[in-house]
Amino acid sequence: MKIKAIVQNDAVSVKMLIPHPMETGRRKDQNGVLVPHHFITEVTASHNGETVFHAEIGPGVSKDPYLSFQFTGAKVGDKLKVSWVDNKGGAETAEEAITAM
Amino acid sequence: MGISRRNFCKTIAGSAASVAVLAAMPGKLMANWSDKAFAADKLEDAIAAKYGSLPIEESTAIQIKAPEIAENGAFVPVTISTTIPGVTNMSIFTPANFSPMVASVDVMPRMKPEVSLRIRMAKTANLVVIAQAGGKLYRVTREVKVTIGGCGG
Repeated sequence: MKIKAIVQNDAVSVKMLIPHPMETGRRKDQNGVLVPHHFITEVTASHNGETVFHAEIGPGVSKDPYLSFQFTGAKVGDKLKVSWVDNKGGAETAEEAITAM
Repeated sequence: MGISRRNFCKTIAGSAASVAVLAAMPGKLMANWSDKAFAADKLEDAIAAKYGSLPIEESTAIQIKAPEIAENGAFVPVTISTTIPGVTNMSIFTPANFSPMVASVDVMPRMKPEVSLRIRMAKTANLVVIAQAGGKLYRVTREVKVTIGGCGG
C-alpha cells in the first residue's frame, strides 16, 4: 500500500491507497462464474501506539481503496502505522514516516 | 480484471445470495466489523443494525462533498465532515447499492471529523451520512446523479 503523511499547519494529513480487488461477490468473470466476495473490512492507523483512525468498510468502497483523513499531535519524523484486514484473512501492515510539507 | 461498469451493475442486480454470504462470513475475522449492518439490504435496516434505535435528527452541520453528476459509478469521490461537537462516528450509506452501508469511520479523539474516500454507486441515488454524538444521531442526505452505466438509473 502507499501512504503519505504530511504535516500541514497543526495537523498531519494522511492519504493512503491500498491495492485490493474489493470484489462485491456479485461480479461474473469471463466464464460467467461469480467471483467470490473479497474485500477489506477494516483499516486502522496508529501513532505512538494510539489509534488515530479506524474505519469499517465493505464492498461499496471502490476497488483499490483510497482513504484520507487528518489527525493532530504528531511531528515530522514520527511513524504512522497503517493496517488493514479483509474478509478472507488477508492483512497488511505498513509504517511510514511523517514528512514536512 | 477490474470491476468494469457493466459487471458492477450485474453485481448490484440483486439476489438474496449476497446477504447469505455476508452473514456467513467467519465471525472471528469480523470481530469489529458490523456484519449485520453491512449485510442489510435496505437503508433503514442498515442504519438500525449499525446504530440501534437512537433518535435521528436532520442536520445542516454535516457536509457531503461529492460530484453532482458522477460519470463513473465505480469511483465516486466523497468527502464527509461535520462540525457537530463530540462526534464519535460517521457512516456513509446509499440505497443505490444492494448493500446500502458503504463505510463507517470512528472519529478518534485526535482525528478531525473529516474523511475522504471513493465509493461505488450503482445508479442515481441519495448519499446518506449519519453522525453520532452522544446518544444522538444526525443525518444529512444528498443526491448524486450517476450517468453512464448507472444500471438504467
